[in-house]
Amino acid sequence: MGAYDKVLLARGKGRATGLSYVNNIFEDFLELHGDRRFADDPAIVGGLATLSGMPVTVIAMEKGSETKEKVRRNFGSPNPEGYRKSLRLMKQAEKFHRPVVCFVDTSGAFCGMGAEERGQGQAIAENLFEMMDLKTPIISLLIGEGGSGGALALAVADRVWILENAVYSVISPEGCASILWKDAKKVKEAAECLALTAEDMKRLEVVERVIPEDRDLETICQELRTQLSEELSALSALPPETLLENRYQRFRKF
Amino acid sequence: MNLMGLFRSPQNELEKGGSEEAGITNTCPHCGALLPLSEQWENLNVCSACGYHFRIGPRERIAYLTDENTFLELDGNLKSKDFLNFPGYDQKLRNAKLASREKEGVVCGEAKICGEPCALFFMDPNFMIGSMGTVVGEKITRLFEYALARSLPVVGFTVSGGARMQEGILSLMQMAKTSGALRKHSDGGNFYLTVLTDPTTGGVTASFAMDGDIIMAEPGATVGFAGARVIEQTIRKKLPQGFQTAEFLLEHGFVDLIVPRSEQKETIAKLLRLHKRGNA
Ligand SMILES: [Zn+2]
Repeated sequence: MGAYDKVLLARGKGRATGLSYVNNIFEDFLELHGDRRFADDPAIVGGLATLSGMPVTVIAMEKGSETKEKVRRNFGSPNPEGYRKSLRLMKQAEKFHRPVVCFVDTSGAFCGMGAEERGQGQAIAENLFEMMDLKTPIISLLIGEGGSGGALALAVADRVWILENAVYSVISPEGCASILWKDAKKVKEAAECLALTAEDMKRLEVVERVIPEDRDLETICQELRTQLSEELSALSALPPETLLENRYQRFRKF
Repeated sequence: MNLMGLFRSPQNELEKGGSEEAGITNTCPHCGALLPLSEQWENLNVCSACGYHFRIGPRERIAYLTDENTFLELDGNLKSKDFLNFPGYDQKLRNAKLASREKEGVVCGEAKICGEPCALFFMDPNFMIGSMGTVVGEKITRLFEYALARSLPVVGFTVSGGARMQEGILSLMQMAKTSGALRKHSDGGNFYLTVLTDPTTGGVTASFAMDGDIIMAEPGATVGFAGARVIEQTIRKKLPQGFQTAEFLLEHGFVDLIVPRSEQKETIAKLLRLHKRGNA
């Protein structure tokens, strides 16, 4: 399978979105809304849940499945409010010593006028800056599209895992082809060059783990539940200074 | 000091292959005024008629900002590698080196500004428009680590057209890497001042450009996350005049102050003095 086929799969109709993972992995998910500054962004869902009895803060990008839902969720492209809500919930998790689990699935942060007026760049920058110092474990899962800075804003974590058919890229193959070669038809070549598949992520040490997808969603989520509780327990046992220093070194190596 | 060799602008007539006689003029792209090059250079590459700030490179910044002979360059020999074998990247790097006379898209170092010691980085508009690759990220990260070890403030001039897509995902990882380094520097109680210059967009805006304790901008600089063309394609209409300028960001609360080039040295020195540690 070529890299661009993976991109199409990652964007694919019928592919499980953020909330399906949240509902299948955790118990009693309780959604919490709003950034306390401007609005509630439906492209990013956040809240509380338990994972094998352990309280966790869960944050998920959600694209929506049907047209109406997709429009409401802005096709999973967050506005600054979404990032600010996620940060609010992460700081809350830190205060109450809860680990954080993030699900990343976006073609990118929204490129609209309002997003610029309300500081899209500043919102993402603040997430990166604060996540580097969040004194509680963070695990991020790339489940579909990992579109650039808008995806990274939920992926500065102690562990980053990726689903077999998810992708992670600094720019979409379409954007790359049009900027570099002024030719939208070169998307396949661009996808290959960008090295954006799960396999590439493992090779470049951007992720620790690739989750196979040759099973149904329920089985995948069952396995993820076990892996997440094991990993979060191990990370929670670390002294905060060690956790943060390891997180720093995890990204320092790039 | 040979100002003629130092103050170069990519937009001037010499670059376009015009005559090399003295008395040559450059046209201001903003107001159309004909500016004698020598006058433009003396005016720090600012249009004397309308105040338009031409894009300038790191060496020109060092010359007008830092005290003479105090600049010590750090990591000046780091060079990018084409580790993804990305088509055309090697050639692009060669061209960028020729166009900028630099080895990479950022120049880092330590210097004094009106006697105040600080660490500095200057991104380069002439090197792939300051696109952020692994070497740019590494140099900036090392600078923050260097400054942290010496309790030095950091003054950073940002320029970026976006990510170095020829370096794929590792270009994106630079946003996280630099954020970690400046977080540590900040946690150490050290001051970080960013100066946003034309253009500052994409991943740089969404990381270290917007993380300054104080954020300064140059007049008229384009600053934003998404490029104007991308926004116009998304919303299917033209953006209003002045959208994503330094003045627009000031109005919306994302910039502390706008300072023209001629006043930057003095303002930066003042800010450095106000943040000096241990002599409150
Ligand atoms: Zn002018």
